[in-house]
Amino acid sequence: MTQLTDLGVMALRNGVARGDFTAAEVANAFNAAVAEGGALNAFIVTTPDHAAAAAARVDADRAAGKPLGPLAGVPIGMKDLFATRGVQTTAASAILEGFVPPYESTVSQRLWDAGAGMLGKLNLDQFAMGSSNETSHFGNVVSPWRRSDGGETPMSPGGSSGGSSAAIAARLCPAATGTDTGGSIRQPAAFTGICGIKPTYGRCSRWGVVAFASSLDQAGPMARSVEDCAVMLEAMAGFDPKDATSLDEPVPQWSAALDADLRGLKVGVPCEYRREGMDEAIVAVWEQGKAWLRDAGAQLVDISLPHTDYALPAYYIVAPAEASSNLARYDGVRYGLREAPAGVGLQEMYAATRAAGFGDEVKRRILIGTYVLSAGFYDAYYTQAQKVRTLVARDFRNAWAECDVILAPTTPTASFPLGSLSEDPLTMYLNDVFAVPASLAGLPAMSVPGGLNPDGLPLGLQIIGKPLDEQGVLNAGLAIEQRAGFTARPQRWW
Amino acid sequence: MSVTSEEVARVARLARVRMSEDELARLAPELSKILDWVEQLSRVDTSAVEPMTAVIPNRLRLREDVVDADPDTGGGRRDDVLANAPAAEHGFFGVPKVIE
Repeated sequence: MTQLTDLGVMALRNGVARGDFTAAEVANAFNAAVAEGGALNAFIVTTPDHAAAAAARVDADRAAGKPLGPLAGVPIGMKDLFATRGVQTTAASAILEGFVPPYESTVSQRLWDAGAGMLGKLNLDQFAMGSSNETSHFGNVVSPWRRSDGGETPMSPGGSSGGSSAAIAARLCPAATGTDTGGSIRQPAAFTGICGIKPTYGRCSRWGVVAFASSLDQAGPMARSVEDCAVMLEAMAGFDPKDATSLDEPVPQWSAALDADLRGLKVGVPCEYRREGMDEAIVAVWEQGKAWLRDAGAQLVDISLPHTDYALPAYYIVAPAEASSNLARYDGVRYGLREAPAGVGLQEMYAATRAAGFGDEVKRRILIGTYVLSAGFYDAYYTQAQKVRTLVARDFRNAWAECDVILAPTTPTASFPLGSLSEDPLTMYLNDVFAVPASLAGLPAMSVPGGLNPDGLPLGLQIIGKPLDEQGVLNAGLAIEQRAGFTARPQRWW
Repeated sequence: MSVTSEEVARVARLARVRMSEDELARLAPELSKILDWVEQLSRVDTSAVEPMTAVIPNRLRLREDVVDADPDTGGGRRDDVLANAPAAEHGFFGVPKVIE
């Protein structure tokens, strides 16, 4: 018999609705898997009671003949960047350790309203700043994947949503929330052989999500299939008056409209994403992706996004600048850590608190952000970066005259060993080179598994779409998923 | 462009992050390298370009001028607001002495 923990979101929801198994059985199975998965360090706190209580409500509703929500009986993981009422919310930082929100984020509330339960709060890079899950105050997340050479080298699950990606790939949860500022959903999805979609900026409310870079931050789902991502996103998305950048747009039923017949669709292939000396396995999976989309009926067209090379440096001005401003709120006064050695004044208390509460990468970005916003440098750095951002967005707008979606690799490499890049921030930043342009332009973008590299590690293919065209992105993703037949999974070692 | 540890110290002061001499010495070359790399943006001709202000066109909304229009963001929740404060006293946030 198939184990319950092998099932995805739709299979669990349908099985509970049909009465094949109860929501309580599902919650028990996943709570047990989470408890056994400690070696992955994917969770900062586990909440088995939350999952069990949600399941009990679903089972009671079903017994009473009440209608069930679209995620009824599905227990999920919640990235620890979403405020959850009564459950510690840390952003993987020391400065928020012990912070227990008295409110619930809009996105998590929507998921609970849809019938989902929470297995726990997932580990991440501290304040979502990182691409390898090595900056968490609560330790590295270890990918369930290992190289096929029989070695035991711990590999990166990607970042910043690395707890989410590791837990889903290891079958500790069928789906999870992620957030994507410059690739933090797509890159970890690619590294762990799962799917993840960052919707159009403004689709999902940012209310109750710990802010990193507000003009870029966007929540989205991660799961093991395109359809599971679609049904999760339907629950997460929607207008929220509490977020000034929330889009007042209806939420389509993406899952019901999924269609892998791409006849008439034009798929753009940007020449600037073809890098000098690019990993051969990445080139190969990209070629394969083109063939799959052609097989689905799409027409491939060469396009140019001329400012691609400038997207990443622009991002590393804009994102730290916004972060330095957003993180000014951690002052040891209203919540979180306070370091106040006897006799110090207010200013010293601020500086001591922030020195003790922020990790190295967070400090690095706060300093870069403060520097580029400081008097005399603002125009040269920040204004110039925002102008380049306009050009990056314009490149995409011009491309939409020639194509409907864009196909590219998600990352320039497969997963790397933990610790192998952490000495060099710049090399680490370059891992997001293919993910960042869509973030700067606010576009929907998704990663779906394309295959394994010669080391047995997953590679992702990225689909970028027009504003609000999540459907086009999901459809192209589905066409790839059906043809890739990606059934590889990590060998259990934990 | 090269950032000195004195400049890093100035920025750290602005950002209210205390740093040891060791940290400043370590960060100076790191920040220099990152700033050198972002410097390439100056090569882009942006003379006819407006800086981006909104990534997806949206209009600014005003909420109804009603007290406590939304219970999550309205008033009357003093105890909730203070619940996570490291030093709440007498219904206020406590801070080290500011005025001598």
